[in-house]
Amino acid sequence: MQVIAPTERLAAVPSLGKRWLRDAIGVILIIATGLAGYWLLPDNLALLTRVIAIALLVLSIDLITGYCGVATLGQAALFGAGAYAAGIACVNGVTEPLTLIAIGAVAGAVAGLLMGSVMLRAHGLAQLVLSIAIVQLFHEAANKASAYTGGSDGLAGLMVSPLFGVFEFDLWGRTAYLFGLALLVVVFITLKFVVSSPFGMLCRGIKEDPIRIRAMGSFVFPVLLKMFVISGAVAGMGGALAAISTQVVGLDSVSFELSANALVMLVLGGLGTLYGAIVGTVIFMGFEHIVSAINPFHWMTMVGALLIAVVLAAPGGLSGMLDKVSGSGKARKGGRA
Amino acid sequence: MLRPSIDRTATRPGYSMQTILSIAIDAFAYGMALFIICIGLSLTMGLMRVVNLAHGAFAMIAGYIASYAARDLGLGYAVAIFLAIIGTVIISIPLERLLYRRIYGSPQLTQVLMTIGITFCIIGITNYFFGPTLKTIPLPGSLSQPVDVGFKTIAAHRLFVMACGIIVAVGLWYLIERTDFGIKLRATVDNAAMADALGVRTQVVYAVSFAIAIGLAALGGVVGAEFLPIEPYYALRYMVTFLVVVSVGGAGSIPGAVVACLLLGAVDTTGRYLMPEFGNFFFYAAVIAIVCVFPRGFLGRAQ
Amino acid sequence: MSDLFRVEGLTKNFGGLAVSRNISLSMSAGERIALIGPNGAGKTTFVNLVTGQIKPSAGRVVLDGEDVTGLGSVRRVRKGLVRTFQVTRLFSEMTPEEHVTLTVLQREGNARRIMSRFTGNPEVADEVEGILFTLGLLDVARRTVGELAYGQQRLLEIGIALALRPKVLLLDEPAAGVPSSDTPRIEQALERLPPSLAVLMIEHDMDLVFRFARRVVVLAAGEIIFEGLPSEVAANEKVREAYLGNYAHARSVA
Repeated sequence: MQVIAPTERLAAVPSLGKRWLRDAIGVILIIATGLAGYWLLPDNLALLTRVIAIALLVLSIDLITGYCGVATLGQAALFGAGAYAAGIACVNGVTEPLTLIAIGAVAGAVAGLLMGSVMLRAHGLAQLVLSIAIVQLFHEAANKASAYTGGSDGLAGLMVSPLFGVFEFDLWGRTAYLFGLALLVVVFITLKFVVSSPFGMLCRGIKEDPIRIRAMGSFVFPVLLKMFVISGAVAGMGGALAAISTQVVGLDSVSFELSANALVMLVLGGLGTLYGAIVGTVIFMGFEHIVSAINPFHWMTMVGALLIAVVLAAPGGLSGMLDKVSGSGKARKGGRA
Repeated sequence: MLRPSIDRTATRPGYSMQTILSIAIDAFAYGMALFIICIGLSLTMGLMRVVNLAHGAFAMIAGYIASYAARDLGLGYAVAIFLAIIGTVIISIPLERLLYRRIYGSPQLTQVLMTIGITFCIIGITNYFFGPTLKTIPLPGSLSQPVDVGFKTIAAHRLFVMACGIIVAVGLWYLIERTDFGIKLRATVDNAAMADALGVRTQVVYAVSFAIAIGLAALGGVVGAEFLPIEPYYALRYMVTFLVVVSVGGAGSIPGAVVACLLLGAVDTTGRYLMPEFGNFFFYAAVIAIVCVFPRGFLGRAQ
Repeated sequence: MSDLFRVEGLTKNFGGLAVSRNISLSMSAGERIALIGPNGAGKTTFVNLVTGQIKPSAGRVVLDGEDVTGLGSVRRVRKGLVRTFQVTRLFSEMTPEEHVTLTVLQREGNARRIMSRFTGNPEVADEVEGILFTLGLLDVARRTVGELAYGQQRLLEIGIALALRPKVLLLDEPAAGVPSSDTPRIEQALERLPPSLAVLMIEHDMDLVFRFARRVVVLAAGEIIFEGLPSEVAANEKVREAYLGNYAHARSVA
C-alpha cells in the first residue's frame, strides 16, 4: 500500500465553515426582517403573524417537495390537524401557549404519518390525487365532527394564557407576533440542521434517483415517511400558531385552496432551499393583502399569470428547480439504455 | 356537485324500488356527464402525457358561452351547444400553441403548476366579464319534460345526457381504433420520434387531439350544467373531481373512464341521497381506497 | 473450498418468453469472472435477477451459504451483494466525496440520522479519502458529478460499490461509454479491487476481459453456452456461432 503523500490528501478546507456562515447570516436576516416588521407595521401584526404561520406550512411543503421530490396538494391537512388539535385543547382548558404549539406539532406529526403511509403507496399523478383526496377527506371530517370542531362555524374564542405567565396575548398581537417570530427562527435553524444531516442527504438522493439509493442498501419508504412526520410537525406548529394568534380555527385551515396557495408560494420563492419558502410566503401574502382587498378575482388572475410566467421562465432560477423536483420523472441527462 | 335537481320521488330514505331507481338514473346520468367532460382529460393525460388541470376551465367557458347564447341572445339549445364547442375550441387554440406546447415533455409538477395558473387566469377573467353569479342554460321544451319509459318517468334531459355519453364513447372508440387519424395518434403516442420520421405530422396530431379533448369538455360542460352549475369557481371546484376520475379510471383508457365515472357517480349520488350530512366524505374515502388498491387506475396505461 | 456465491437453475420467463434459462454458476472468494455474450443474451437480466431487482421464475441465489432468493434487493446489498449500473446512476448535484460519504454512513447504519453531522467524522473521512485515492478521484472529489468526465463517473460508480465493502461485486459494463483513452484508469481501478472480493464483470471490451478475468462465461439467448479459460473462448464453435450466427455458417458453406 502506498503511503499517501500530504499533497494528495483532501484539503481540510472548511467548506463546511463557509456554509455555516451563510446560514448564520440568513438567520440574522430573518430576525432582522421580522423585527423590522414589528416596528414598521405595528397595526398589521395580526396579518404578519398569519404570514409566519403560513410560512411554517410552506416550509413543511419544501421538506416534502423540495427536498424529497414528493409533490403534494394536501399539506393543509397537516396544518389543519395542528390548528384543530390546538384549538380543541384550548377550548378544553389547555391554555399554555408552548403546550399548545407542542400539541399542534404532535397532531401534525401523526397526521403526517398517516398521510405519508397512504401517499407513498402510489407514484406520480396517483400520488398527487391521493394528497388532494386526503385533504378533502380531512375537510369533510372536520365539517362533520362539528361537536368538536364547530363545523362550518369553526372554533372561536380561544383564550390563551400569557406566555411564561408574563406576556399576555394582547389585542395588538404583539406577543403573538414575537412569539411566532421566535418559533419560526427556532424551527428554521432546526430544519437547517435536518437537511444538512445524513438523513437530509439521503432524502436528496431519493428525490433524484431512488433506485441508486436502494442499490446503496437503504430502503426508501421509511426515510420518506420520516420526512413526512417531520414535515407534519412543522405544519402542525404553523396551524397551532394560527389558532393561538387569531384565536379562531376555521375550515379554511384544512382546505385544498390553502394547500394549492402554499405550493404556489413555495414555487415563487424556490424549492429546496428553505429560504425560498419564507421569501415566497412573504411576497405572495404581501401582494395578496394589497390586491385582493381591491378585487379577489383580480388577485386570482395575477397569481395565475405569475405561475405561468414562472413556469415559462428560462432555465435556471425557478424553472431549474421545478425540473429538479420531478427529476425522477424526466429523462435523465446521462441517457438511458 | 349535485344540485337540487335530484329526482327525489321518495320522501323517506327507505330502500324502496323507486329510491333505488332514482339513485341509479341520477348516478348514470351524472356519470355520463362526468364522462363526457373527463374523457378528453383522460386522453390528454394518457396519450399526450399532459396533466391539464385547466380542463375543467374549458368546460366552464363552454357553459358560459352556451348560457350567453341561449339566454342573452335567445338562440336555440342546439345552436348554443354548437357555438359553445366552437367558441371554446377557438379559445383553446392559441393557448395550445403558446403555452401547452411548451410543457409537453415537462415533468409533472411543472405541468400542474402551469395549468393551475391557466385555471386561475380563466377564473379571474370569467368573473370580470360575467360576474360571480350562477349562469343557467335554459333547456328547450322537449328536454324539460318527463319521459315515461314504462317503469318510471325520467326527465328527458337525463336521457339526453346518457345518450350523448354513449355516443361520445362509441364515437371516440371508433375514431381511435378505426380511422387513419386514430392510427397516427396511436403511433405518435407510442413513439413520437419514430412517427415523425415516418411522416406523421406529430404537431398536427397533438393539436387536433387537444382540440378534440377540449371540444368534448365543452360539450360536457354544457349538457352537464344541470349537475355542475356554471359559476366562476367551477374550474377549481370540480378540478379535483375530474382529476380523481381520470386517476381512478386510468389515463388514456376509454373503458376505464366509463367505469370510473359510473362508479364515482354512483358513490357520490348514493352518498347524497342516503347520507347528505356527510357530504363528500365517502366519495373521497372511496377514492383513497381505490387508488391505494389500483395505483395505476383500473385500466390505465403504465406511466 | 466452499463457494462464496452460487446461482442454481436461475430462470426467468416473461409471459411466453424465456429470458433466462436454467443458469447455474458459482464463484469463490477472490475469483474474477467475465460474463460475455451477444446483445440481448440476457446478461443484464441475469444481474437484475441476482441482485433481486427482478423475481426469478425458478432457481436459487446463495450468498455465503445463505439462501437469499427470497430477499429484496436492499437486503442483499446489506449482505454484501453489490452491483454497478451499466448507465451511471449518480446524483448530479452531489460531489464524489458526498456520494462515498453517504454510502459509508449507510453501510454503518448511520445514514438516517438527523442529529449527527454529515461531514466531520474523521474515521469516515479517512475511509472516503482512501477510496477516492484508490480510484484517482481525489482531485475532483469536491466537484459535482455533473462536472465530471464520464470516465470519472464510471469510476465513482465503482467507488460507491467499494464503500459498501461487498463480498460479491457485479460490474455491469464498467468501461461502457468510456473513451478508450480513459479505459486504462478503469483497468487500474479493477486491479486495485480487494483480493478477497469475488467479481463478476459483464463486458464487451475483450482486451479488458482477457486482462481481468480468470474464467469466462458466455451467455447466449438466456443460457450459458460456454464456461472456461479466456484463451479457449474464441476457439469454441458454439461461441462463434452465437456471435456470428448464420453469417459464419454461410461463409463456411460458400
